[in-house]
Amino acid sequence: MRVHLTLFGQLSDITGKREMILDDIPDTATLLETLNTMYPQMANTKFAMALNTKVIKENTILHGDNNIALLPPFSGG
Amino acid sequence: MANHKNNERYQRQITLKELGEIGQLKLKEAKVLVVGAGGLGCPALLYLAGAGIGKLGIIDFDQVTLSNLHRQVIFSVHDIGLSKALRAADVLEQINPDIDIIAFNEKLNNRNALDILKNFDIILDGTDNFESRYLINDACVLLKKTLVYGAISRFEGQLAVFNHPSEIKTAVNYRDLFPQEPTDGEVLNCEEAGVIGVLPGIIGTMMANETIKLITHIGDALVNRLLTYNSLNNHFFEMELSANPETAMMIPRDADAFRAYQYDWFCSTNSAFDLVPEQFQEMIKDKNTQLVDVREAGEGPELADFNAIHIPLSRLQQQIPDIESTNIILFCRSGKRSKVAAEILSRHFGRSKKIYSLKDGIASWHKF
Repeated sequence: MRVHLTLFGQLSDITGKREMILDDIPDTATLLETLNTMYPQMANTKFAMALNTKVIKENTILHGDNNIALLPPFSGG
Repeated sequence: MANHKNNERYQRQITLKELGEIGQLKLKEAKVLVVGAGGLGCPALLYLAGAGIGKLGIIDFDQVTLSNLHRQVIFSVHDIGLSKALRAADVLEQINPDIDIIAFNEKLNNRNALDILKNFDIILDGTDNFESRYLINDACVLLKKTLVYGAISRFEGQLAVFNHPSEIKTAVNYRDLFPQEPTDGEVLNCEEAGVIGVLPGIIGTMMANETIKLITHIGDALVNRLLTYNSLNNHFFEMELSANPETAMMIPRDADAFRAYQYDWFCSTNSAFDLVPEQFQEMIKDKNTQLVDVREAGEGPELADFNAIHIPLSRLQQQIPDIESTNIILFCRSGKRSKVAAEILSRHFGRSKKIYSLKDGIASWHKF
């Protein structure tokens, strides 16, 4: 399954990218494992995940093309 | 007479048929509190005062500095050193003397928050740290208040309306999105990360806009939705939020639990804390707490009141493996060396242990 990934805030600093395309990702848990392997610093960062603009909390099976966004909390004001 | 003047003051917005005189009356009856008169709070306050919010509260404990002026647009160089809350109230009073402006020159904490927030309908969070953000969220959930949330990080901003009562949707709060407080340096603040003044200007202004929409029931406010704006490429990204069953357990269940919750511990970038003698006296009774005397060998006075292991500060690095407990209290004669020791252990253990240093040392505890 293809994932179009959008990264916000600190996550784009960690990865050096705002957008990424990843193939052969069967579910969101695999996506996170893949990212943690590619960017070990991500494992220590908290963020919310949105699949096709809806926030998801549990591991979710992916079908076809998917837009996934990862958003860390911001504290600045 | 006052009516004539107000009709003139608000004429341009009353002309909007969606708002009209009824909308203006709703704004006059509204009670809005802005927490933080900073980069987000300043533009929000200016527009809310201008729009005629009948009762407008401002809470901020800080004073104006020169480095604030590029984004905190209420203030000028003449205000440096003055209280942000009081000075903002003066400026807003000059813009709109027909509204009630209430300034709180103090830090919002879990002891005063419920008493202050209960007098308002809508709370705007324009603070700059997670401790305040979780505290404000939890207080809004306990008091059932609508929370207009804005936050920034470098070139990006977030905006949302949390905890808004609705017959159709379950109210979603900040913890539904981010259940747990970030840890140790995970997220930088404005001081560390930098910010162009325009970004909080945009997000703060949008916070005021959401507030006016909520009060006058016009448009479609960002209820249970999070908007992220990127000021570098002008991209807006919106996502739909949903309530998280686990969240309810993380929010203090009542006012007493809220006042006892240690927001500073959960959100501090530090894992080391000062203990005053009263707290020290209580904590040494806990068998799971390890006391560490960091004075040098042979240094008096000897202490017979409790069991402590002895690791002089000069040998602390080598003896870190001897420290096993998750609760550690460090002490020395005057509190200086134990503070250094706490910083060393804090760097080593991160947030895996709670590390305390006896403030002003055993000298002050003996007096106690």
